[in-house]
Order: sequence, then C-alpha cells, then structure tokens
Amino acid sequence: MSNDPAPERPLAPADCDTRGWWDATRRHELVVQRCDSCGHAQHYPRAICTTCGGSELSFQLTQGRGEVETFTVVHRAPNPAFTAPYTVALVRLLEGPVLMTNIVGCAVDDVRIGLKVSVQWEPHPDGRNIPVFTPEGGQHGFPADR
Amino acid sequence: MADGVAVVGVAESDLGITDQTILGLQAQAISRALADAGLSLSDVDGLATNGAARFSTAQVAEYVGLRPTWTDSTAAGGSSYEIFLGHAVDAINAGRCKVVVISYGSNQRSARSRSLAGVAEAHLPDQQFEAPYGPLYPISLYAMAAQRYLHEYGATSQQLAEVAVAARAWALLNPKAFRYDAGPLDVDDVLSSTMVSSPLHVLDCCLVTDGGGAIVVTSLERARELRDDPVVVRGWGECTTSSSMAQVPDLLVPGAAVSGQRALTDAGLSVDDIDVVEIYDSFSINVLLSLEALGFCGRGQAASFVQGGRIRPGGGLALNTSGGGLSYCHPGMFGLLLLVEAVRQLRGECAERQVPGACTALVHATGGALSTHATVVLGVDR
Ligand SMILES: [Zn+2]
Repeated sequence: MSNDPAPERPLAPADCDTRGWWDATRRHELVVQRCDSCGHAQHYPRAICTTCGGSELSFQLTQGRGEVETFTVVHRAPNPAFTAPYTVALVRLLEGPVLMTNIVGCAVDDVRIGLKVSVQWEPHPDGRNIPVFTPEGGQHGFPADR
Repeated sequence: MADGVAVVGVAESDLGITDQTILGLQAQAISRALADAGLSLSDVDGLATNGAARFSTAQVAEYVGLRPTWTDSTAAGGSSYEIFLGHAVDAINAGRCKVVVISYGSNQRSARSRSLAGVAEAHLPDQQFEAPYGPLYPISLYAMAAQRYLHEYGATSQQLAEVAVAARAWALLNPKAFRYDAGPLDVDDVLSSTMVSSPLHVLDCCLVTDGGGAIVVTSLERARELRDDPVVVRGWGECTTSSSMAQVPDLLVPGAAVSGQRALTDAGLSVDDIDVVEIYDSFSINVLLSLEALGFCGRGQAASFVQGGRIRPGGGLALNTSGGGLSYCHPGMFGLLLLVEAVRQLRGECAERQVPGACTALVHATGGALSTHATVVLGVDR
C-alpha cells in the first residue's frame, strides 16, 4: 500500500488521575494504585478507591509478573496500527489487579490460560512506554524471538 | 406492582437494508405500534428512546410531533429497552404518565456506520488502558469470556456453535428474518466460518443490519379497554456491572444473575414456569452465560444444556424464536426487538414459529461489554 511506517498504537493522553502511572512507564516501572486507607490495589488509576471510597491513593511498584486470565486472538485488525493475528489478553498481576495487554514474543497458538507472563515495554513516540507481556523464560521452551 | 402495566402495541420498522434515516425508521415503528394498540400520537405522554441523537428523546419527540411529560433516555446499550420498560412500569404505576412509547431505530447497515473498534471517547480510561492493545469492541470481550468459559468448564467450540445453528433454524420460520432464505446452518458451517476474535467465528456473532421497533405501554386497566390480549409486565430487574472490557467483575457470571432473580421474584415465578425465552444473542457465548445466570441450568452446564435440539424449534426450551440477533436482525442494539417477539408469542401471532399455548415469557438483554443487564417477565392477562 505505502512505505509509511506503521501508525502508532492509539493511546489517549495521560490525565491528572493517570499521569503518575504513565510517568512510571518512562522508567520501565509497572505500578498499580494502592489505597492508603484500606490497602486495596486497583487498575486503572482513578480518583477514588473502589473498595472503601477513599481518595488518598499511592502508586506501588509491581513485580511486573502475572498470569493470563483469558485471551483472544484477533484476526481482523480494527485499525492500521495492528497486524492480525495478534493476542489480546487479560493478565492478572501477582499484586491482584487485572489489566488488558498483548502477549508478545510467542506464537499466537502458544498462548494459554494460566500462562505465566512478565512485562516488556513498547516505546510510544511521546516518550511513554506501553506495557505488553511475554511468557516467562524457560516455562515453555520456545525462543523469545519466535 | 400496584394495578399493573401492560404492553398494548408492538411493531418493527422496516428491517435489513433499508436506505432510510434513523429518525424515519423510528417514526415508522412508532406509527405502526400505535396503530397496533389502537392509539394515536395524541394519546402519548411518555417517550423512552436512545441512540438517535445526543438528546434522543428531545429529537425523536420533535421529529414525530410529541411533547412528552415523562421521558427516559438511559443509554445502557442493548438492554436499554428492557430498562425503559421497567422504568415505564414504575412511572405509570406512580401516575407520572399514562401512555409510554419505547422506540429504537438504526440504519447502521445502509449507512456503513459500524466500526470494529467501537466508538472512542477520548476522555475515558479505556482509551489509555485498552485501546492501545487493539481489541475489537465489544467482540473481543465476549471472545475472552468464551475462552475462559471453554477453559473453565471443558466445553467446546462445537457446543457453542449450537446456539447459532438453533437461531438459524428459528429464522427459517420467520419471513422477516434477514436469513429467512439462507438455508439451515450446521455446526461445521459455524466452525469453518471466518475467525474474528478467537474462539468466536463470524457466525458466532450477530448480524449487522438496519432495523428498529416500538412498543406501547399503558395501565392494565386501559389496556383491557384497548384489546382483549394485553401482555402484562409481571416483573423486571436491572444490574449494571462495568463499562470497560478489563473491568467486568466476573466473566462467567454476568449481572443477569441479579436482574433475573429480581424479575422472577417480582413475578412470583421460577424459570420452570416460563414458556418462551428471548435472550440477547449478540454473540453465541452470551446465550450460555445468560442461561446459567438466569437459572435455566447450573454453572458450566449451558454448553451441554443447549445440545440435542433443546433450543431448536420443537425442542424443550423455546429460545430466541425470531431467529435472534444471530439470524433475524441486529440493528446495533437488539433489546427492543426481543420484547416485540415475546409479546407476539404471548398473543399467539407467530404462525409457523408460534410456541403453542405460550403464557409466560422471559426477556433478558445485555448491553455493552457485559456492562448492563436487564430482565423482564411478561405474561398473558389471565
Ligand atoms: Zn480503600
């Protein structure tokens, strides 16, 4: 079609609720919000604790590891930023919260529910990094560049 | 529920590929439903609609020439119309209004306005935390629920496909169905159709068509003056659980568990008492999840429950008798047409697909990405 570089992933700007979270990605740190009052961990970041209603919340560094809770292989890309097939997954972090992500670094056919995964970073042109996940080393015996 | 509220008029607009406007389709459906009720626009003092404009009730009221003194434009996606009906029951019982029209129309197929990515609202969290990963909205969420379902319960894509196969069998009995002339489906047809978002194939997904409808609701007392077969609203319930795809509290137990329980309790009925079931089949998996959450079978049992022809015409459970969103019509939001079909079944108007002696119907709709859930129980007036 054309020789233009692939369009960037659609990503809305950070806002006052989420800026701390995105700033952490600039340091390759995956954080979750934790309530100062009740200790509840949540994602995405917001101005209220969904458990106790508290408004004092802090960002806490995660291990960047989790497990595939479920996934789907998308066969029709919704826009030119994506090349099908690719895997969209919900990953449950060891710290509890669930986030949507892509599973990269393995064939789409090798993604399974329960797969243990860890975070990798994809640079976004505005300096933020987008967290994606890859199977944890040695667990599945296929090379990361497959 | 005070003295009771009944549906006295139902209609579809033109369906399929119409080359008409959204407002024109709404006007058509409203006119036909009022004619069916033996009423006219001047009798209407309540209007519930959405999806037509930013101020949908104002726009539709203006377009057809109404000045309603009660409105509802709750935007809950496909379940809005069951929610409207519940709200209208309360409003009529409370004396806030006398005759309510609930309407919907879409020309999404003619206008080619459907997008695989859904509608982006840049200020919402999903545009920072979900859109960057390229999910199809809402297909990929239902696909992830299906994947989890198959994994958790050891069910198969073959079993899931039966939902689409049965829907087609019903559509072959409904001359208004988009797939009326398309011939039967078998499980292999579904499994060999294009994969969209695994494990959902294109034939696991609802149609993209134009269409619309309207229903007219009034007090049971008035309804009995208008016709000898009013359909009484016996109970209803709603439950909103989430908006974004990664925020669904439980992918396997949707809010149908709450809304259905409430509707059945209101009605004083159990699922065993229900003759006709209309469940929003945006995707095949949604029927399985809803059947379980509503209590038609146990957790993890729906995949086997629907086998053996049970949900096909003549089977043990009359489900989605129009052919559903999968094979009859899916104009972006399907909830209103579920109500239209249920009412017609209870009036005995469904010809070849009529469920003999149907006296009770349960309608359950889901909106968004397993976001909003609403159940209505309807019954004949005797
Ligand atoms: Zn808290």
